[in-house]
Amino acid sequence: MADKPATAKEMAQVETVIGRILQIGVIFSAIVMAIGLILFLATGQSGYPGDTLPLQFGAILVGTWHLKSFAIMMLGIYCLILTPVLRVVVSIYAFYREKDHLYVAITTTVLIILMIALVIGIYDK
Amino acid sequence: MGETALLMLGVGVFAGIAGAILGIGGGMIITPILTLGMGLNIKYAIGASIIAVIATSSGSTIAYLRDNVLNLRVAMFLEIATTIGAIAGALLTGVLDPKYLYLLFGCLLVFSSWNMYRKLRRGQEVLQRVEPDKIAAKLKLNGSYYDKVEMKDVDYQVENVPAGFSVMFGAGVASGLLGIGSGAFKVMAMDTFMKMPLKPSSSTSNLMMGVTAAASATVYFFNGSILPTIAVPMALGILIGAALGSRIMQILPSRWIRIVFIPVLLYIGGQMLFKGLGVHF
Repeated sequence: MADKPATAKEMAQVETVIGRILQIGVIFSAIVMAIGLILFLATGQSGYPGDTLPLQFGAILVGTWHLKSFAIMMLGIYCLILTPVLRVVVSIYAFYREKDHLYVAITTTVLIILMIALVIGIYDK
Repeated sequence: MGETALLMLGVGVFAGIAGAILGIGGGMIITPILTLGMGLNIKYAIGASIIAVIATSSGSTIAYLRDNVLNLRVAMFLEIATTIGAIAGALLTGVLDPKYLYLLFGCLLVFSSWNMYRKLRRGQEVLQRVEPDKIAAKLKLNGSYYDKVEMKDVDYQVENVPAGFSVMFGAGVASGLLGIGSGAFKVMAMDTFMKMPLKPSSSTSNLMMGVTAAASATVYFFNGSILPTIAVPMALGILIGAALGSRIMQILPSRWIRIVFIPVLLYIGGQMLFKGLGVHF
């Protein structure tokens, strides 16, 4: 029993950390989205010609730097999408700390699937 | 443009409050409002709705984490199925005739109103007898939760893991295809198929919703189905609405709200079905 990891207590700590990450992620992306929306309403300009949207990482970051409202809004949306992904990353670390190799593998698989979604999204236009 | 944004913010607040009180994701309400009410292309409505699902899930999981009832291992293992399903669903939305999306959505709403009715009639939870299961033991899926009413820890086992995994794949497809959280299907996979008690089932399903939606939302984000002028005010509205909703819920009896909402869901479901069939009034 002595070398058995303290599962219940450690898991409780992990869950607190996961909760905090979700909280910070949601608040941060809400602030970014709100800034973009206010900018859009104030200027009435998306910063892009016609109906086009900035869809590449590069375009979104450059647009945000130039304070283009659509770029900031897209950045906020992307941060919101990343919040649950970040939760998966933290869980991998948590299972690793617990020396639960099976669940390190399972959780890593979920992360890889999420990355595949990214690749598919970029090429599916 | 400014009016649209304000209107979306309002729709989001409404969907957030309704979602928190009724225990359904905002997605189920948003797509009908955007398509039937405002004439938006259903593909963009689904894109906005999946963002709403992430906002709802991340917001409400924080509350569940404090209650200490969810099963992180079950969530992670089944997320393999839901995320693959969600990607497949998101790709399917791109190629499917919108007519079928309306039909599927209509069926979903009719099913949800039935499910809500069933929930109303459900009595006290009884822990089901479960045979020791090899796969569940190997994957360490059995768990325990603290029951607030009985004030004790309840240990439980799960069974029928392959069936639960398959239903979860279907739940993922539905989530990606229609931009919903598909919490009802997820709870069904755990509670009906895997015989997991209802409390850990529903909080685990809530946790899974965000990760599942992240998979399809990534596809939608990069293929341009998420319009910022709609999704942003909507997501902000949802966050405000969900916070208000959880306060309101403590004062109002949710049972009566459910009873009122069942015919509303049925009615909207019918409208979506008619739209899919091309019937006009």
